[in-house]
Amino acid sequence: MLAFLLKRLSMAVLVALTVSSLTFSLNFLSGDPAIALGGESATEADLQTIRETYGYDKPIPVQYINWLTRAVQGDLGQSHYLNQPVSEEIFQRLPTTMALGLCALVFALALSIPLGVLAAIRPNSLLDRFALTIAVVGQAMPSFWFGLTMMLWFAINWRILPVSGSDSWKHFVMPSIALGYYITPGVMRLTRAGMLEVLRSDYIRTARAKGVSKFSLLFKHALRNAIIPVVSLAAVQFGFMLGGSIVIETIFAINGLGFLAWESIQRADLPMMQAIVLVLSFFYIALTFFADVLNAWLDPRIRIG
Amino acid sequence: MSTLENNSLEPMADAPVLSPGKVMLSHAKSHRGLMLGGLVILTIMLVAIFAPLLAPHDPYAQVLSRKLVPPVWFDSSKATWDHILGTDHLGRDYLSRLIYGARISLLIGFSAMLISGVIGTVLGICAGYFGGRVDMVISFLITTRLSMPVVLVALAVISIVGSSLTVVIWVIGLLIWDRFAVVVRSATQQVRGLDFVASARALGSSTPRILFSEVMPNISNHVIVIATLEMAHAILLEAALSFLGLGVQPPTPSWGLMISDAKGLMFFDGWLIAVPGTALFLLVLAINLVGDGLRDVTAPEDRN
Repeated sequence: MLAFLLKRLSMAVLVALTVSSLTFSLNFLSGDPAIALGGESATEADLQTIRETYGYDKPIPVQYINWLTRAVQGDLGQSHYLNQPVSEEIFQRLPTTMALGLCALVFALALSIPLGVLAAIRPNSLLDRFALTIAVVGQAMPSFWFGLTMMLWFAINWRILPVSGSDSWKHFVMPSIALGYYITPGVMRLTRAGMLEVLRSDYIRTARAKGVSKFSLLFKHALRNAIIPVVSLAAVQFGFMLGGSIVIETIFAINGLGFLAWESIQRADLPMMQAIVLVLSFFYIALTFFADVLNAWLDPRIRIG
Repeated sequence: MSTLENNSLEPMADAPVLSPGKVMLSHAKSHRGLMLGGLVILTIMLVAIFAPLLAPHDPYAQVLSRKLVPPVWFDSSKATWDHILGTDHLGRDYLSRLIYGARISLLIGFSAMLISGVIGTVLGICAGYFGGRVDMVISFLITTRLSMPVVLVALAVISIVGSSLTVVIWVIGLLIWDRFAVVVRSATQQVRGLDFVASARALGSSTPRILFSEVMPNISNHVIVIATLEMAHAILLEAALSFLGLGVQPPTPSWGLMISDAKGLMFFDGWLIAVPGTALFLLVLAINLVGDGLRDVTAPEDRN
């Protein structure tokens, strides 16, 4: 287990370093970052001042090391627009995005796992077809369009839910559904496939012969084994959702990280964008790391193989 | 769903022995999802190709005296058969913009899929065939790519570089090769150990030759399935980027952009987002149905 842990951890660190250097290289995508910052009218002297202030006059590897050292210490740079540390703003907004992501995940799992189980009990039944239809439709629906359509019905026509904002739990209902719906197909298919396989196994037949109740058989005996791959998929999808929440947060004006990212893009606030990409990537790396460790702990075959 | 229909193979006692290709074709023909999706895609493709002939108006022509005409089925004095789907906030014919928008979606979807397909397939084959260090490095690349949020990175890059059709295609193409790589890698690993690869090697075939004429043909079914699914993915991404204002730039007619333009007006005219949204949904649904269908027919073991 320790060997697996070390191997997996070093992989995570290496990926994090690569992501950070890619994020850093965004600085040079537009050519000279000093010109981008100073604008068209900046004189050569202005540009020189900017270069010295932001350290663009040093060699690139040195700049990267400096940037990375500061980032590791929690200093993700200074926002060009807000003129305050990027990290302050990010940590103010992060909880909102996390809350949205968690709500969306709970919604997705609550919909897809029972549906996947029920679909697996009777393959090819009406319910199975219904579940598959939901999966196929879910994958084809553009999340922003789904969000807008919900907004139109629930907030404008029926006035059940608030249109946008992030002040109460009611504001999170539609965004969570819009964000979570997109991942239900994958989770449902995997649950269904896992259940189909487990339900064929010998120990389930034994349990059934023993007279275990149907509910207990499905949810206690079978699901426990079928759910293992779903755990890591859910972790991966949670990471994707946080990254994808930019679209949903923009539509519903939810004051989270995604909305901040969109605002920063509008303001050409590069340090803020880089920091958000970095934070979300690191979060994803940590998430998949813990999911893998959890899986290895649940299933010894993984840590040995 | 109809995707499961093929599980019940009819016993073919007195049927003539068919070639594998013919069996596959007959499976494909009886696959309802595949046929339906194919029909929709074909229609949309024809519409896109013959857009200049089919569009009733110039998609760019603004007639400010005829702003926001509702579609014909609306009970309104403004509704007219001249603008079947109405007009947008600048008085441009909505149907014509929808028809030309199909071109943008298909063009971006197809080109981005080609770019990501080439990158992903090459990486996947190398990782799967050579294994060892090569596999480690490529798996590392895949993990790295997966840990970067696609929409956010795409938006950041496009906002820095500046948006154009080519930029959007390349950015999407360079970001979504991961599924190709993952699937091709595992498919190649399965093929690598088979006898015909070993015999080709024993005959003295060079590595590129083995990869191209032994491995490639045997993983191409996986590649085609992923290609359709990734094309749908790319179309959705383009729509999202255009919706956020950093994809296709106005006045080019793009479905995502049409939804974005209509966003502010949707409280009064909901059909403005319903029309392009439905088109987008139908196209992506059709492509996914074809992808799922092809998988059922050619590579059923990939289904989950």
